[in-house]
This record gives sequence, C-alpha cells and structure tokens, in this order.
Amino acid sequence: MSARITTVVLLGWLLLVLVFIFAPIVAAVVFSFNSDRFPTIPLGSFTTHWYDTIFADAEIGEAARNSIIVSLSTSVIATMLGFATAYTDYRYSFRLKGPYLALILLPPTIPLIIMALAMLAWLSWIGASGQLWSIIIAHSVLTAPFAMAIIRLRLNQIDPNLEAAAWNLGSSEWRALRSVILPFCRPAIVSAACLTAAVSFDEFAVAWFVSGLNKTVPVIILEIVQGNIDPQVNAIGSLVFLTSITLVVLAQVFFISRIGRT
Amino acid sequence: MNRFALAFRLPVIAWQGLFFLGPLFFMIAMSFFLVKNYRMEEAFELKNWARMLTRGYVWDSYWYTFGMAGLATLVATLVAFPAAYALAFRVSEATRRWAIFLLIIPFFTSYLVRTFSWYVILAESGAINAGLGTVGLGPYTMLNTPFGTVVGYLTLTLPLVVILQTVALANIDRNLVQAARNLGCPPERTLFAVIVPLAKAGLIIAALFCFILSFGDFVAPYYMGGSKPPTLPILIIDTTKSGQQWPRAAVVAVMMMLTLFSIAAASIWLAYRKRSSA
Repeated sequence: MSARITTVVLLGWLLLVLVFIFAPIVAAVVFSFNSDRFPTIPLGSFTTHWYDTIFADAEIGEAARNSIIVSLSTSVIATMLGFATAYTDYRYSFRLKGPYLALILLPPTIPLIIMALAMLAWLSWIGASGQLWSIIIAHSVLTAPFAMAIIRLRLNQIDPNLEAAAWNLGSSEWRALRSVILPFCRPAIVSAACLTAAVSFDEFAVAWFVSGLNKTVPVIILEIVQGNIDPQVNAIGSLVFLTSITLVVLAQVFFISRIGRT
Repeated sequence: MNRFALAFRLPVIAWQGLFFLGPLFFMIAMSFFLVKNYRMEEAFELKNWARMLTRGYVWDSYWYTFGMAGLATLVATLVAFPAAYALAFRVSEATRRWAIFLLIIPFFTSYLVRTFSWYVILAESGAINAGLGTVGLGPYTMLNTPFGTVVGYLTLTLPLVVILQTVALANIDRNLVQAARNLGCPPERTLFAVIVPLAKAGLIIAALFCFILSFGDFVAPYYMGGSKPPTLPILIIDTTKSGQQWPRAAVVAVMMMLTLFSIAAASIWLAYRKRSSA
C-alpha cells in the first residue's frame, strides 16, 4: 500500500472515531427538537415542546438551582485545595511529599461507585449525609486534582526569582503571594474553577448516593432514564451540554490559549 | 516550618483526610460490621465476607464484569490506535491540538445523556435499524446485549484512550523511526519493532485507565447491557439502595478495589520494566 493510501485510511478511521464520539451528543440535540414521543427515523416535526415542559417543571427547576449551588461551591473549595497543593508542591520539598500529593491526586483513580458508597457510609456515620453540602464535600474531593494539575502547570512557567525578589524587597510571604504568585496564576485559577464546576455539574453517581432528597440535574436525568424513554432527557441533556461546553471553552480561553506565554 | 507553609499544608491534609481517607477506611471497616433490625452495628465479624464470597451469583458477576471490562479495553485499544497514530504522525501540530480539544469535550459532557442517546440510536426502531431497513437488513437487537455494554463502555473511555495514545505516540523520538526507515525497515515492521515498543508505557497506561473506568461503570451495563447478569457496580447499587445491606456492598467494593490495585500494579510493572534481553 502506498503511503498516501495509508494516510487516507488512517484519517478516515480517525473521522469514524470522532463520529462515534460525537454522534450521541448531536443526536441528543436533534431529538430534543423532535416532536415524536418515541425518537425514530424519519424525524417528526420541529418543536420546542420538550423545552417548554422542562421549564415548567418545578422539580427540574429546583434541581437546576441545586446543581448551580453545588457546582459553584465545589469549584471554590476545589480550586482553593488545588491551589494550596500546587503551591506547596512548587515551593517546598519535604519528607512525605509523595503521600501528601497522593492524598489530593488519587481520588479520580477510584471508581465513582466505590467513592459513592464510601462517602454515603462515612457521611451518614458522622451525621453529614443527605444535605446539599454533602454533595459539595464529596465533589470537592473528586475535582480538586484537576484544579491542582492546571495551577501546577502554570506555576511551572513562573520565574522563581520573582517571588524571592519580592521577599528581598521586604514584602512578607503573604504579600508576595498576593502580589506576585496570585496575579501570575489568575488565568489558571479561573480555568480550574470552570473545569471543576463542569465536572461537578455532570457528576451523578456520588451525588445520587449522598444527596438524599436534594436532587441535582444529573440525578433527575438518572431517575427519568430509569423510568422510560422520555424526550425531556434530550432537552435537559442539551442544556447540560451547553453549560458544560461553555465552561470548558471558557477554561480553554483563559488558560490553554495562554499557556505558551509567560 | 513556619506558619505560612503550614497554612497551605494543614487544611488540605485535614480536608482530604476527613473526606477522602475517612470514607475509604470506614468502608473497609464497614465490611466487617453487622446489620441487625435494619440498623448497622459496629462489629468485627467475617460474616459479610463469608456470605458474599460463597455466593455463586457474586462470582458470576465478578467474572462477567472482569471479562466485559477486559473486552472493552481490548476493543478501545485497537479502535483508538489508528486514530491516535493518525493524530501523532499524519496531521499538523495545530490540527492535533484541535483534535485533542475536541476529544476533551465529551469528558465534561453528561455521560448519562450520551448513553441515553445511544439507547435511541441503537433501539430496534432506532436510527441504525431504520437505515439498515431501507436496504432490507435487520432489525438487529443491539440493546440489552454485551454489544450494547461495550458501546456504552467505549462512549465513556474512547476519548481518553485516544488522547493518551496520541500523547504517547507524539512523544517518541522521530529520529529513531526515521533511522529504521532509512535502514530499509518496512513500514509494518517499523510500527511493531520501533513505534509500539517506544510508546509501550503510554499505550499500557491508556489501557489501564480504560479498564478502571469500565470496571467501575454502572451506566453502560445497566442501561445498554440490560443488567443480565448484573456487574459488580450494579450489585453495589442494588445491595445499598434496596437491600440496605451496606456492609455487603462494602465487601463488593473492597473486592473491586483489590482487583484494580492488582491490575494497576501489574500494568505499571509491565509498562516501565526494563528489558533484560536486547
């Protein structure tokens, strides 16, 4: 086979893989505007009916409010945890640094269903389950590593002499942090906040276990899907996609586009 | 150590200790607790372990989960490789960055909704069967089959596997590939004797992530595989939610963690071991 044919075949395969990955996302958006109750081909007519019903649904509205509270609070806590760890890793070396970093980096390697059971059992044992803040606690642990990774990457780019110069000129460590490190890290911090909010906004397994009666949007989706085929899921899902993708794009704009610059 | 340094370290240690290590250790302890009159009591008994490890359905579920996650890992690795190869060697730097950005997006979009979409696409009255019907084929049953489960697992894992493989392939030393070609090594042989061994660690780590994610996922086997037999995550949900038997669910969870630790240790050993013979 000539090299050119191989290239064409490889790129074709890449395209198929991307189609596989994006087909469900596109289908959800398309079917959310489709009038048929049972989504079939050929499509029915265009409608915004499913959006009207979800906006009229008080339970979904409540869930949306819960989701916003949870993801905003999570992103604040996770970004603070991530910043503290990233800065500690950047500036200090000490014995047990490995275990210290493992403490914040390991949660994503443990299956969510196991974290869900462990969080449910522990939080109810200490009397902290079934609340909105139970989800916030759990999500902050799950998402902090993402914040840590992004802020750590940014700290790689700083000139270590800058902070030392501030100390030499008589500024305290806190002052140097506030006027040198934090401004330098700001794009990464905003980006970390967006990404942790996006992850929290989509997380359903742990939220389902620890939330009690305080359902978030993904938990509502889980319950609707368990019932039967309901095109409302596509409408909710499309709005969730829109939210998450906006957050990811914002993160990209704030961070990845600037990573090359110092 | 001064107060400044401690102010960054202690809150993180306290928070993660209380809300990450705490839950995990408590879950392990809980697997030895007893349930009396629907209430959990502190105890150190092996009853839950004895019960779960002697039940046939638990082992059926275990090996089914293991097999399906393994199958998904194999399929994901093989499907992702040509795509990752194309991204690493056949497109420009800018295109690769764009493709990776596209591949990150699904990671942050609702996996549940994507699974539900597949449900609609693969149903007997769905898009694929409608398409096949026009040429006189089908309808084929794709939902509630192992095929459905694997499609679901791939929905979760494929983007990550492609990204990790692309990074692994893009980072190998091009000079070595060029040297092999200059010395007359045919393309297929270059692939298997030079490129794959050089990218081995990254390829194995990608497969490991695929296995961990599939092994722990309940959405694909439940909604697309029909839950027959239930996988271990489904077993945990059923035991926790309807049975109120949290200690027994904890036994299953600890079994899963031990399995994943072993697989992870084996994979890392395989990925980073030095070759003894040339």
